[in-house]
Amino acid sequence: MQKANDEVHWKRTTNLMLMHLGVWVFFGYIIHMFVGTLNKFTVPVLGFPLGFYMAAQGSLIVFVVMLFLFARQQDKLDREHGVAEDD
Amino acid sequence: MATAETTTQTTAQFSKSLGRLYAIYTGSFLAFVIFIAIIEQLGVPNRFLGYLFVFFTLAVYGVIGVATRTAEVSEYYVAGRRVPAFYNGMATGADWMSAASFVGMAGSLFLFGYDGLAWVLGWTGGFVLVSILVGPYLRKFGAYTVPDFLAFRYGGNFARFLGVIVLVCCSFTYVTAQIYGTGLIASRFLGMQFEVAVFVGLVGILMCAMLGGMKAVTWTQIAQYIVLIVAYLVPIVILSTKKYGVPIPELTYGFAIQDITAREQQLVKDGLAVLCTSANCGPGTLKPHIQPFMNYTPLNFFGIIFCMMVGTASLPHILMRYFTTPSVREARQSVAWSLLFIFLLYFSAPAYAAFSKLEVYTNIIGRNVETIRPWLFTWGELGLIQICGKAAPSLDAVIAACKAIPGHAGIIRFQDFVINTDVIVLSTPEIAGLPYVISGLVAAGGLAAALSTADGLLLAIANALSHDIYYKMIQPLRPAGRSTVILLMLAAIVAAVVWFLPGPGPYGIAMRWWVLGLGFLPPLTVLPFWGKMNDVEKRLLVARILLLYVAATSAALASTRPSDILAMVGWAFSLAMAGNFPAITMGIWWKRTTTTGAICGIIAGWGLCLFYLVVSRYFPQFGVTYAGMSSLLNPETGKALVNVAQVMADPKWLADVPASAANPMANRVGWFDLNNINCGLLGMPLGFLVIYVVSLMGTPPSKEMQDLIDEIRKPRGKTILEGRN
Repeated sequence: MQKANDEVHWKRTTNLMLMHLGVWVFFGYIIHMFVGTLNKFTVPVLGFPLGFYMAAQGSLIVFVVMLFLFARQQDKLDREHGVAEDD
Repeated sequence: MATAETTTQTTAQFSKSLGRLYAIYTGSFLAFVIFIAIIEQLGVPNRFLGYLFVFFTLAVYGVIGVATRTAEVSEYYVAGRRVPAFYNGMATGADWMSAASFVGMAGSLFLFGYDGLAWVLGWTGGFVLVSILVGPYLRKFGAYTVPDFLAFRYGGNFARFLGVIVLVCCSFTYVTAQIYGTGLIASRFLGMQFEVAVFVGLVGILMCAMLGGMKAVTWTQIAQYIVLIVAYLVPIVILSTKKYGVPIPELTYGFAIQDITAREQQLVKDGLAVLCTSANCGPGTLKPHIQPFMNYTPLNFFGIIFCMMVGTASLPHILMRYFTTPSVREARQSVAWSLLFIFLLYFSAPAYAAFSKLEVYTNIIGRNVETIRPWLFTWGELGLIQICGKAAPSLDAVIAACKAIPGHAGIIRFQDFVINTDVIVLSTPEIAGLPYVISGLVAAGGLAAALSTADGLLLAIANALSHDIYYKMIQPLRPAGRSTVILLMLAAIVAAVVWFLPGPGPYGIAMRWWVLGLGFLPPLTVLPFWGKMNDVEKRLLVARILLLYVAATSAALASTRPSDILAMVGWAFSLAMAGNFPAITMGIWWKRTTTTGAICGIIAGWGLCLFYLVVSRYFPQFGVTYAGMSSLLNPETGKALVNVAQVMADPKWLADVPASAANPMANRVGWFDLNNINCGLLGMPLGFLVIYVVSLMGTPPSKEMQDLIDEIRKPRGKTILEGRN
């Protein structure tokens, strides 16, 4: 019983990890491969070329938000499976 | 700060009292800045203000360091594991952001435009990997050091020893660059001789780390973070408000970039600059600010991002910060806070670059020589700004230098202006026409950045030597074996000193005897007390003495001015990545990983990275002849950077082994057009592959080990090391 629970917990943890890794690859690399195309657009109001903006700020903001989100998601997952630490 | 009685407080109370203390601290720091601003108006000379800034902040760090001294092992190594997530995030921010980030990064962005953003991306995105792959699991394991984990997971001291070698190699490369940065700032703002300034910086570093270990370093790093972030943001916020009326430079520099692009086109049209094209992209040609892949090929651009990111998740001095949180949950939160605090500086750096570039493009290039603004001459005096091929100490000198160029019309062209990139951040207060107090503030911030990183790195090295080598490997030996090992190590140190210290020269041969004599002083002083000490006292004493040695050695190395800080820092990341990342992540995420597999993987991956780095930097002739290396290519024109056949035919360069920095082939040869900063890109995949294949060939790890890995994956319960002891 305990073992089955642990296995499901680890499987879900792995999936969560892969999902965040996917977002990381997208915003760390893939989007910057299209910098030439993106630079044809301008960020409204601020006036940055979009490709430049993504590398200078956009991806960074995604990383920060992602990390706070991950901390919450993983904690929720741990609690659901009863493996979280006591508060 | 955190005294012994806080153990009885709850975490919430502790966090609250910390908040009060640091709020008072921040308030007093701001009051101090205002006080300096007032006495500046009263006519106190600038030099004196600089001294006040540096010594006041150093004194504060020293007081915190002494107040938090400790005699407990767990306090010394992991700050008692009770640093709240928010504060650990701040400490990590200071630990992370070095002189290279504070002073150097904006300069690289100025020079490289879009391509410089590879460093910004690489030095932030890695924290995602720390949080999802590594950090929380190492916290649950409960190690004191990273090699501790390797030793536990991969059955013993051989893996530990490899871990220590990787750690010492990458941290030492990194710390030398930091102490160099400390010396640079101290010499510029205090007017000291560079070699002396290096050792003054060293005293500041040691005051924090010696007495209190991780505990003291944590509480000083928080104080240093506050100083450095205030210092970084104040000048540029004022500049943005003056220029665009909005005090958020990160939002307003978009307009500066538009202006830069328009101005670049204008300069080319007016014949004041030559555009870098695929036909001609030599030195002195203009590379548009937002145009990608003109300084790095796409492979090297993404290679830098990848190596810096994975390196982040492998550097021991960063990973060990997450050993100090009260829980696994807080370790994860703490990574998020760390990145937020780092983000504050990194997303401002491109704004520095843009504002400086706009100033240069509008008020210097394309203007008549006689209208140059005076801020520039203070840096020209130091040789950091050149106009028309000569340093620019005064208006007359500049006019004379430009007149000497045949056909020069007296209008400054793009290729006439050369600036040292370190000047960008340091000169912004003057460009904005701000009083000297802001310059002093920036110097204090740069010093805080360099000191805090150096503290963290020195501690990581000294901990590995004292905990892993001394406590775990030497102490358990029988007395005879112990003496043999210690004697052998002493002999090696003496040999190294005699070998490396120059015999003839300004200090003469006597220098060696002084160094050796002073070096033996600490152990001889403690010898009479050694027998009476208990084990804990011995461990901490060894840790402190080793810290002293490591610090002195790196300061000695830094005072010889090894060149190019950014490259050295890049090497540290690649080495850490190739050596640590495959073994750590596979140890956590793949139960089937065996001891033999991991050991082979570390040796192969790290070895390949080190080989590529050392050969392409120091032995390019060997690389070309025996290892099939060829010249790297210019990213825009695709032509070879160096004519290898010609250099190889020149007896002067062929005899230049190990290659000097002037050697045209040093750092310019390699495989697949891969810059040697990215050597981790070769080493890490090989490491993963070897671990995978060799592990599958052997028998799976024991049932007991597999159960322990299951334990690491669940936050609940005691740390693994506590459970075992």
